[in-house]
Amino acid sequence: MSITFVVEVADKPGVLNRVSSLVRRRGYNIESLTVGHAGTPGVSRITLVMEANPDAAARIEANLYKLVHVQRVINVSDLPTVYRHLALIKVAASAESRSQVMQLVDVFRARVVDVAPDSLIIEITGADEKIDGLLEILRPFGVLEVAKTGCLAMVRGASIRPTSSATSGGSSADPVDAAVSFSV
Amino acid sequence: MRLTGAEILWDCLVREGVTDVFGYPGGAILPAYDAMLKYPIRHVLVRHEQGATHMADGYARASGKVGVAVATSGPGATNMVTGIATAMLDSSPIVCITGQVGSRLIGSDAFQETDITGITLPVTKHNYLVTRADEVAETVREAFLVAQSGRPGPVLIDITKDAQQSSAEFDWDAAAPPSSSAGRHPHPREADMRQAIELIRSARRPLVLAGHGLMLANATEALRNFVDATGVPVAVTLLGIGCLPASHPLNLGMMGMHGEAWVNTAIQEADLLIALGMRFDDRVTGNLKNYAPNARKIHVDIDPAEIGKNVPVDVGITADLREAIEAWLPSIERLDLGEWLGRIDALKGDSAVRDIQKLPDDGHLYAAHVINDIWRATNGQAVVVTDVGQHQMWEAQYYHHDQPRTLITSGGLGTMGFALPAAIGAKMARPDAEVWVIAGDGGFQMTLCELATIQQERLKVNIAIINNGYLGMVRQWQEFFYERRYAATPLLSPDFVKLADAYGIQAQRVTARRDVVPAVEAARAHDGAVLLDFRVEQEDSVYPMVPAGADLHKMIRRPSPLAETGADRS
Repeated sequence: MSITFVVEVADKPGVLNRVSSLVRRRGYNIESLTVGHAGTPGVSRITLVMEANPDAAARIEANLYKLVHVQRVINVSDLPTVYRHLALIKVAASAESRSQVMQLVDVFRARVVDVAPDSLIIEITGADEKIDGLLEILRPFGVLEVAKTGCLAMVRGASIRPTSSATSGGSSADPVDAAVSFSV
Repeated sequence: MRLTGAEILWDCLVREGVTDVFGYPGGAILPAYDAMLKYPIRHVLVRHEQGATHMADGYARASGKVGVAVATSGPGATNMVTGIATAMLDSSPIVCITGQVGSRLIGSDAFQETDITGITLPVTKHNYLVTRADEVAETVREAFLVAQSGRPGPVLIDITKDAQQSSAEFDWDAAAPPSSSAGRHPHPREADMRQAIELIRSARRPLVLAGHGLMLANATEALRNFVDATGVPVAVTLLGIGCLPASHPLNLGMMGMHGEAWVNTAIQEADLLIALGMRFDDRVTGNLKNYAPNARKIHVDIDPAEIGKNVPVDVGITADLREAIEAWLPSIERLDLGEWLGRIDALKGDSAVRDIQKLPDDGHLYAAHVINDIWRATNGQAVVVTDVGQHQMWEAQYYHHDQPRTLITSGGLGTMGFALPAAIGAKMARPDAEVWVIAGDGGFQMTLCELATIQQERLKVNIAIINNGYLGMVRQWQEFFYERRYAATPLLSPDFVKLADAYGIQAQRVTARRDVVPAVEAARAHDGAVLLDFRVEQEDSVYPMVPAGADLHKMIRRPSPLAETGADRS
């Protein structure tokens, strides 16, 4: 099954390499890895998606904690979580087809962020399937270029408190109130 | 106080309690070497940087202190990789310090530049690239904390030449590492501890599996108290040898691929395994599918990533071993294990008839006899440092260690060439101890250049070469599993006696059993290093043997000596 970890790490040179090297040498495949600054200065936030069973996931979590620069690991797989990807899609669009493409963009709640005489750049965020759906629809017009981020994940509701043990994510977070938020 | 980065480095090392370092100078580490002369440090000049890391490792294993190795950039640093990986697999706390080219040259393929932090990333607990003098103190302090805390391991500090040369304000106290650098401090969970005690109390055929972690956690006393209180017998891993005296009546001996037959059979018949500071390595479990099929399992280890890694367990406890075992003591009592211990005794009796010790002296010299005679002659009190292969297994079987930290051997990585340099480190750590190297003719030649180090440092180390003219363990596998096709295992060696003589080391060749004890006694009496070249039976094999991947109780047994005149099975 697909497991998603949110990993908070010290913002130090090489830290991404340490995390990815750990996952590689333990023989797991990374499906997606996204890294950027977190809200706290000096902390980077990694969203790591991989194929693993729950047992293996608990061990990956324990192994991640052995890295000196890793501050917190949350397995969000069993928590109510918002997952988002972002994609930029350059699609061929002549004067005749442009309005048709823009209509489709609206339906997908995506945005046109650049217009050229013979092409558009579309920005879309959402679940991976939604992005794939738009790509499928646009293919007949001529998709010229696609750039996708990996997955970003955030648990719904109140912030997750720091974990206190090496147990898997399901029990490591405070209960979150999923009822106050819903998918859009 | 304003000091150069190099001075800060040594100042910190001295404050961390370092008195001895093992190293080899070179361009990028020269400023550090120059500054070293001002500090109370004994530097051992090695002949190869791999040797420096094994020495630091042997030093750490013999003493429990952090071992320190120093090398220059590029090839000096890359030569350390095998020793670092050896320390990593066996959880040995060492700190390796390497010089690096100037910070402005990094990434330019400068002379002797190599990305050693990148190279060692998967085989260190942590590593650092230091490019400024004001980072040196905090880095060294954190490195020592990381190396020793939790599950110990190797740490590498790569320091650029300009960071060594430039100056910074040195404030020891301000450089204290954050406590988070030590990792998380797991405490046993109450519910798990209660469940463990219940399982122990209700067991009829329990067995403790004791590993290296007991020594690393200074929990050998606690183990002994537990064993004496409950009467539960103990099987040890290779690296767990010494955690309970071999002479203790409940110490059954070593488990695993070349473990005692009664130990492996007992594991398969047990109804409870209490695994303490061991990690169910493939060399001790055999086929996992049929491993201890009747046993509930309690696993206590400091490293949560080990719990359930290879063997699913009923109770997994992430904890400091001493803390966990001591917490059990008030709640446990003597178990009624008469039937179980009787069963194990019967298994032992069956093995005894196959013991090579029962072989009459037929003119052949067997390695097992040599090692057993060394054990007798040294009263079992020596620190023995072995290499890797057949002799290593015979040592584990026939040298009976009563003290912790007296068998030093490369278990996890199985590094040939480990023994000689690691013994130098052990002797430096414990100058009053009698230190013996036991090595094969193959592994000894991988690092024999360190004979010169022994002489330069005037160390009293005794060296026993178990010389059978083959890469013996590989030959044994070829005999058992490759129809005796001895590809690349016959080994031509130099005359080790003449070789030792060239280094100024006293040496003697031994070819008959009656000469073993006198040679060992003479070696002990001599006040310098001695090398003994034991010409043993060429095609002897280590028994019992669990073939790789086979069920633990399906061992190849030594043919009964009653039907054999020699060890060769032909």
